[in-house]
Amino acid sequence: MSDLVSDNLNMKFTTPSGLVVHALKDVSFTLKKGELLSVLGPSGCGKTTLLNIIAGFLNPTGGSVKLGDNEILAPGVDRGMVFQQGALFEWLTVAQNVDFGLRMKGADPIETAKKVDEWLEIVGLAGFGDTPTYQLSGGMQQRIALARCLINDPDLILMDEPLGALDALTREKMQSLILKIWKETGKTIMIITHSVEEALMLGERLFVMAPRPGRLHKEYRLPFAQMGLTEDPRDIKKTQHFGETREEILSMIWDMEEEIMGGGSL
Amino acid sequence: MSDFLFEQRNTIVAFLIIGLLVSLALSIIKGRRVMATERTDLVFGNPAKALGGWYWIVTGMSFVMLIWFYFSWDMARAYNPTAANELCQVAKVETAINPMRSQFPLDNPNLRGTDLIARDSAQLERINNSLKTFALDYEAELEIAAILTSLSSALVDQANPAYIKDDLVGEFKSIASRIDHLTTSFKDPDFPGQPTAVQQAAANAQPGWGDTGKEIPVLPATPLGYRYAAVAAEMKVIAKDFVQLRNTNPHLLAQIADIKLRIKKAAASAEADLSLSAVEQEDRSTLYRQLNKMLKRIDNGSIYPPNSLNGVQSSLVAFDQAHSDQQGYLKTFDTWIMPGGRIMAGNSACSEQGSGRWLPKPSDTLGTLARIANPDIGFKDVPLLWYRWQPVGGMIAFLFPDWLASLVPGEYTRHNQDGKINSNFKSKVQDFVTGNYDSFSIPVPMGHMWDSIVRVVIGLFFGIVLGVPLGLFMGLSRFAKGFFDPMIELYRPVPPLAWAPLILTIFGIQDDGKIFLLFMVAFAIMVISARTGATGTQLSKIHAAHSLGASHRQILRRVIFPNSLPEILTGIRIAIGVCWGTLVAAEMLAGTTGIGFVENVARKQSDYEVIWVTIIILGVLGLMFDLIMRSVIKRTIPWRGKG
Repeated sequence: MSDLVSDNLNMKFTTPSGLVVHALKDVSFTLKKGELLSVLGPSGCGKTTLLNIIAGFLNPTGGSVKLGDNEILAPGVDRGMVFQQGALFEWLTVAQNVDFGLRMKGADPIETAKKVDEWLEIVGLAGFGDTPTYQLSGGMQQRIALARCLINDPDLILMDEPLGALDALTREKMQSLILKIWKETGKTIMIITHSVEEALMLGERLFVMAPRPGRLHKEYRLPFAQMGLTEDPRDIKKTQHFGETREEILSMIWDMEEEIMGGGSL
Repeated sequence: MSDFLFEQRNTIVAFLIIGLLVSLALSIIKGRRVMATERTDLVFGNPAKALGGWYWIVTGMSFVMLIWFYFSWDMARAYNPTAANELCQVAKVETAINPMRSQFPLDNPNLRGTDLIARDSAQLERINNSLKTFALDYEAELEIAAILTSLSSALVDQANPAYIKDDLVGEFKSIASRIDHLTTSFKDPDFPGQPTAVQQAAANAQPGWGDTGKEIPVLPATPLGYRYAAVAAEMKVIAKDFVQLRNTNPHLLAQIADIKLRIKKAAASAEADLSLSAVEQEDRSTLYRQLNKMLKRIDNGSIYPPNSLNGVQSSLVAFDQAHSDQQGYLKTFDTWIMPGGRIMAGNSACSEQGSGRWLPKPSDTLGTLARIANPDIGFKDVPLLWYRWQPVGGMIAFLFPDWLASLVPGEYTRHNQDGKINSNFKSKVQDFVTGNYDSFSIPVPMGHMWDSIVRVVIGLFFGIVLGVPLGLFMGLSRFAKGFFDPMIELYRPVPPLAWAPLILTIFGIQDDGKIFLLFMVAFAIMVISARTGATGTQLSKIHAAHSLGASHRQILRRVIFPNSLPEILTGIRIAIGVCWGTLVAAEMLAGTTGIGFVENVARKQSDYEVIWVTIIILGVLGLMFDLIMRSVIKRTIPWRGKG
């Protein structure tokens, strides 16, 4: 099974002035195939560094990450990525964006076209294939980014604040879409987010990270993602369990932020 | 067709001006109406208010064209084609009278005699004061001072009415009465009577205003013109007679003769006196030379008693008045319809001066354009833009280097004993790579415009093809950035024209030098814009491409290059503009074809119309290039600013 195993991961950056920043310290966890993980934490806690290491954009200074049997040393198609702004190629149409990965591989064009149609159908953009991406709204662009990533059939999907730039309503819809895709494809998904509610909704497991040095602070196992597959997310948010967990995590992050700012009292 | 247009140009211009006035008025009305609807928008500085507005474009264009028609005197010529000819006759009178006028306080504040007395007395005074600085003995100083006194009295005695000759007084009276008579004739509408058939024929035979370059028909052709021409001829004689008069009365002549003798004697005795040192000799001869000079100034008798010229002066004033009055409408026309200059009469021709001269008439400019656009005439034997038949063989040969033939085994052929040359395979290959065989011809564009365009396009092409890859490389690699940056930044800030003399000297005045110069210009711009584009690629896009499995080459080609396209295309647009400017200047420096060359030759010949034609051609071609680039940009990178 292609589990994601992080083993004692350490990451130190040296600034040009010689200062050493400990971005990640002894991060160890295992993410089983098909699990949905959300990562939460104040700014500067190393969330994005962790994601970049898993994606293969950064080499850790200590420890290792393995996806299945392969140690992660470089970017690869087995790990798909979705970014905050979509990072679409605006000179290409929707379909050309979605099939980018397959074209780079030199896949059969007819088959590719079929897959593109399927995925556009899944993300709710059927018929938009020939539209230039810059004409679409932020939510639609994010759907394309999802399709572009999923069409490559990666083992692991990494999302870096994927819904951060969307308005509240679109955000809820996209959360449902991500849950739907998770359910239907059974992919392992790791989502980094700023929003506590989003982390609760999109986290079968949830890591809260702490800064200085960046480390895993607390882990939760939550039922809300499972519930979200069948129930109305608004009802879930009204439950006592959801509310309590949210308050607990919020005060946890609040304390961390205060620590960073110098612990001043209001 | 063009002949008809040329002959009818005054009529066409007349209607055109009316059309322009109408469109000016209508577009202003339309513009004001639109502005009235915008009163509800109270935001000063709202950019929406600066959008659109074709009517203001029409207003502006009409305004500029009207200004051009007006200040180039095309309007004057359109509505009054004989005005210049009549003003030419007016100018003749002015030219005739000028030598006489300068004697009187008409244009200058002083009478000429007053000025002369003031100047010469001051000079005598100066010599007198400087005597102390010369090495003179008492006697010599005394004698020179005495001569100076005599000179002074010879000067002032000319102003004494007691000495003036009676016949000179008579001459003045005669001149005055001749002027009076001429003034009377001037006012007579029938003067000088009907022109003779010969005069009329000559007047009709001369080309019209502007038919030949800037010339204005010089012979009178209208009643007013005849009158002015006749007055001018008469006045010329009177003025000549007047300026020959001299106040050479016996008293003056006697004084002059006496002074001359005394200077001569003093000079001779000084020369004979062996006791004088070299310095003393030198000083005295300097002084006697100065005295002789003063004598020559005074002895020409151009000073008269103060009131002796009153009669001539009042006649002249009356004549001036008549001259001004008789112009009638022409004076107003000259002031208001032919602004910014006047017409001058030379000995054999009249010419436009001021804006009429350096601002060619739109109709003439168009005519000149039509003339040099005619491939049979062209400019310096080269048409502006035309085609010629060129054998295909030569063009194919251009693609193959000549040394290809040398690679073929065997020897080049040699003529045999009979003087025949037998070809072999090697010589056939040689013929092929040099284009030395019969082939059919195809039309190829040529001419000044074509040459300029081709130079820019080739220079730009190489600049893009070499500059963009280097720029992208520099945008991706710390080494390339550091290594190439100093080289480019060392040559780029130097104005291209500063390179021109060097490059043109190395490469010669033919196309190579100019193309290389343009390549240098375009290259630097393209490198910088491609580099900016490459470094401006969003990291997340590259991340995405990486995780979608793209190779380095694919990322460069499919992500970084398209992402840099907006900057690259903007760079091309800038490069075209800079290349165009550099090319024209380079063509002015050296070469035998090209628009810049045409303009430079025209400059040397002071051919304003050709200069303006080249300016217009350059503007239109530059605009065309820019419009092409704008539409390319619109088509290629519609996403720009929307990513």
